[in-house]
Amino acid sequence: MDVSERGVVSQSFEELALPLLDRLYNFAHWLTQDRSEAEDLVQETFAKALKGFASFQPGTNFRAWMYRILRNTFLTSRTGLKSATVPLELEDETLPATTNTPESILLDRLDQEQVRRALDELPVPYREILLLCEVEEMSYQEISSTLAIPMGTVMSRLSRARRALRESVRGSQRS
Amino acid sequence: MGCQTWVEKLGTYLDGELASGDERALREHLRGCAACAADTLERLQTKRAIQSAGLRFVPDPAFRARIQNNLAGAARPARRSWQWFPVLASVAAVLVVAALFATYNRDRMRERQLTSELLDLHVATLASSSPVDVVSTDRHTVKPWFAGKIPFTFNLPDLDGTPFTLVGGRVSYLHQSPGAELIFRVRQHQVSVFIFQERAVEGIRWQETSLTQLSFGIRSWSRNGLHYFVIGDVSGDDLDKLSNLLKGSA
Repeated sequence: MDVSERGVVSQSFEELALPLLDRLYNFAHWLTQDRSEAEDLVQETFAKALKGFASFQPGTNFRAWMYRILRNTFLTSRTGLKSATVPLELEDETLPATTNTPESILLDRLDQEQVRRALDELPVPYREILLLCEVEEMSYQEISSTLAIPMGTVMSRLSRARRALRESVRGSQRS
Repeated sequence: MGCQTWVEKLGTYLDGELASGDERALREHLRGCAACAADTLERLQTKRAIQSAGLRFVPDPAFRARIQNNLAGAARPARRSWQWFPVLASVAAVLVVAALFATYNRDRMRERQLTSELLDLHVATLASSSPVDVVSTDRHTVKPWFAGKIPFTFNLPDLDGTPFTLVGGRVSYLHQSPGAELIFRVRQHQVSVFIFQERAVEGIRWQETSLTQLSFGIRSWSRNGLHYFVIGDVSGDDLDKLSNLLKGSA
């Protein structure tokens, strides 16, 4: 590969990757819960992605590819290894329905700080899927490809994660 | 299909991932089922709360510059040492731009969160069975009611000859600061006017703003240390008229 050719490849990586920097950093900080760890994680993600960019299939989802690299890098880090040991409930069990009366809605008005705290305390698999879905507004397909799990698992895990978050917020409202 | 079946699909529906046939049927069901409609509203609030709580961390400008530099370094062939001056100059420029951009981004993020919180307050008022604590169409009753409940005072406009009527008011809170929420009615629509001290919205460079979110219109401005927000699902014209009346009396 000559210099000019490499120049072209890197240029387009830069164009694709830089706009994602803020969001990737936000996601990394939520995963690691620490600024300097988040910076290391993002930097390593960019380095790995740049190195592996030749193997990236143009036309496939670049954003999901970047998030996948970041997440895999996180999972092999010290903090990530610890978080991976949180056991998940069985994914295929059906969820009992919860019903709400209109009166309960007002009681449940969600306080930003409570939601932040609840998100912080959720196990990583729940926290990351909520962030990808609500903050990154990824489609189920993108989430499935980022987390390398089937679509059915995306739906059941999301539903569990939301329930866990609501219960945690309600718990803090009661106490 | 019973509610149980629908409840399982609500999350998928709100994520916009339900098949179009199912979506139509679910909408039909929501029109007739108060319990599921309430559940949907709660889920929507949770979604919005996570959305704004989740956008929380911004990279340090120095860190951003480092990443940009790494990428730029990889993109360009090695430079000769005597070319150091333009390099330094461009690094400095990148740092300045990055810092400005980070500030801008942080402001946008705070602004989005704040708008979201105010919308929540307004929607909660609409949904409440007792939306106002002081019920009166008389501005001379409503204004004194707030005395001692909030740490500031404000003037209310004379609404004679305008399409607006005052419904009442209540004390509201934003970022732990108490403020006034006034509810006006115009042609069966309710409009909330929030008045907070500027320090409740500190760190956000709110100028005169008008924007639309989830089909609610918002007007916002600062005057005499107080920040005003006018929120409602009425036409922009009505929002402007009410805003001007309030500005006229302040």
